[in-house]
Amino acid sequence: MIDIKIIVCIKQVPGTTEIKINPETNTLVREGIETVINPFDTYAIEEGVRLKEKLAPLLSQTGEEVETIALTMGPPQSGEMLKEAIALGIDKAVLLSDRAFAGADTWATALTLAEAIKKFDDWKLIILGKQTLDGDTGQVGPELAQKLNIPFIGYTSSILDINKNRMTIKRLMEDRYETFEIRLHAAISVGKDINIPRVPSLRGKLRARNETIPVWDKNYLNLDQSQTGLEGSYTQVIRIFMPEHHYEVKMLDGSPDQQVDEIYGRLKELNIV
Amino acid sequence: MDIKVDESTCTGCSLCKNVCMYDAVEIINCKAAINDNCVFCGACIDVCKFKSIEITGLQDKNLDFSNYSGVMVFLETLDGAVLDVGYELSSEGRKLASNLGVTLSGVLIGNNVKENFTQAFEYGLDKIYCIDNPVFSNQIDDIYAKALVQIIDKYKPEIFLAGATSFGRSLVPKVAAIIKTGLTADCTALAIDEEKKILLQTRPTFGGNVLATIVTKDARPQMATVRPHVMEKKKTGITGTGDLGTKVEFIDIDQSKFKTKYKLISTEKEAGENINITDYDVIVSGGRGLGGSDSFALLKELADLLGGVVGASRAAVDSNWISYPHQVGQTGKTVNPKLYIACGISGAIQHLAGMQTSDLVIAINKDPEAPIFKIANYGIVGDLFEVVPKLIRKIKMGRGLE
Repeated sequence: MIDIKIIVCIKQVPGTTEIKINPETNTLVREGIETVINPFDTYAIEEGVRLKEKLAPLLSQTGEEVETIALTMGPPQSGEMLKEAIALGIDKAVLLSDRAFAGADTWATALTLAEAIKKFDDWKLIILGKQTLDGDTGQVGPELAQKLNIPFIGYTSSILDINKNRMTIKRLMEDRYETFEIRLHAAISVGKDINIPRVPSLRGKLRARNETIPVWDKNYLNLDQSQTGLEGSYTQVIRIFMPEHHYEVKMLDGSPDQQVDEIYGRLKELNIV
Repeated sequence: MDIKVDESTCTGCSLCKNVCMYDAVEIINCKAAINDNCVFCGACIDVCKFKSIEITGLQDKNLDFSNYSGVMVFLETLDGAVLDVGYELSSEGRKLASNLGVTLSGVLIGNNVKENFTQAFEYGLDKIYCIDNPVFSNQIDDIYAKALVQIIDKYKPEIFLAGATSFGRSLVPKVAAIIKTGLTADCTALAIDEEKKILLQTRPTFGGNVLATIVTKDARPQMATVRPHVMEKKKTGITGTGDLGTKVEFIDIDQSKFKTKYKLISTEKEAGENINITDYDVIVSGGRGLGGSDSFALLKELADLLGGVVGASRAAVDSNWISYPHQVGQTGKTVNPKLYIACGISGAIQHLAGMQTSDLVIAINKDPEAPIFKIANYGIVGDLFEVVPKLIRKIKMGRGLE
């Protein structure tokens, strides 16, 4: 009997270093096809695994168990990324995949994730990366939490204390840290200051290889096409284009004194000094 | 709903394949074919010179939103004072509201925030809706969300804008989820579509490598968060607002209905250190070339002289030379100050993504091949430990400090 489930929501994203701009056509050129676990999600995975390691001994005294589950919505090949999560120590993974999910904005993504999470009994905590590399919105976490009517703490920099029912948690705002106590259920998002992710263990890799990832589609989630993907989205991309960066680079020659003089002169013109 | 390629016009030119970031386009028998990786982002549609690709089966619901009117901006407060981004939004909102011929209102929620009224009206607001109550002393997501939902439900603006601050980015998605409307994160440009009179929301994605223009369909208000420092705050010159009585509407709330699930235990600021780097006009940033934590004192001296703050590259943060809140770049903060001085930073694409929209970039690096020199306005190939002290001295002399 599993008593506490920690759900880690992750996403497969194109690695940005692979993106280059063809200067002649001003279009994107991807060199090679590389997708990665969204970097912030690796901290979410690690935090989930660490919380389990912390909670398991406490709960075992009362014969209770804790389990971590990785959840993603994406095309079929996202299953490989879920196996990576298992190699990193996650217990189980579920892939939400359906042609009808494609093109989802944050609203439709949050709705689909929320319906999937409702399928689990006894989940207590949802952990997400603070934003994705591609969409870069950071909105799915708070929207998901709202749909499940649970508190959301973004920019979590540390979980100071946690038990089955509540946690003490610190978030990083612009100029300050705030510490909150919240009752579970809750959702949190994390950045790179929360932990240093481990590398996959050999045991984890072996386990991942043998794992079959269940795939849930819209019918399994009792969702209609009109609620998911592009159709279920309130926002729609109408244009994608390259930013026009006009960098006029001026390399300053001369001695360091001359270079500094020129910089100083420019700063003076701009009323900065 | 589907995405289709018209094979009669497709030439198999591969533009769409090259632009697709999800590996969803294949060229089969000299024709583009779109596979299940497609996320309907529309990049291929925009790039196609032959108009061969279209998304089909999407129905325009033609909903009537005539009962929604006006532009509303959230005047976020911290410790009782409205943040600059609130005024930036007011100035931007003024343009949008004038374009649409509607009113511009501000929402001011907090404790003892009345002091802000006079200043707030200088940026073009027609009206302020204010909740002044001790329950809003701190930035607590759920009760602020509840208050905003009440106000939006009552006054039904067609556009609602908030700052993409830490709080804004956490709070406003909650509001959008409750209201059931679209929200576009982190916009850098806003405009009105002249024909449809809807809000065109432009934002960077893929770490700033791509810009996307987004619209909200089938729901109101059209909600967006906007990055601080992107819009210009501009006083309208109309002062002496006179009778605040008619321009400010106080909203009484039933305090018992605003119980939070977030129990705030403590707030701490890093002593003697400015970590709110997005809020400064000048950032002096250090990278691997600094060689250690001690060298940041040099950058701090320069930053202090310029009224700025110290930033850092990921390399410097990962080496524990400086704390994470100072990190600029993809896994840190996105900044756009008036002046960014990069010292000993090579300029990995992830770093550039976080600072390339700065107004003026000065880069100092030993390596003439460093990528930072591709985007810097002024580049100095040299030793930062020689150049920075000279610049500090020059500034001090200019001010008669030395």
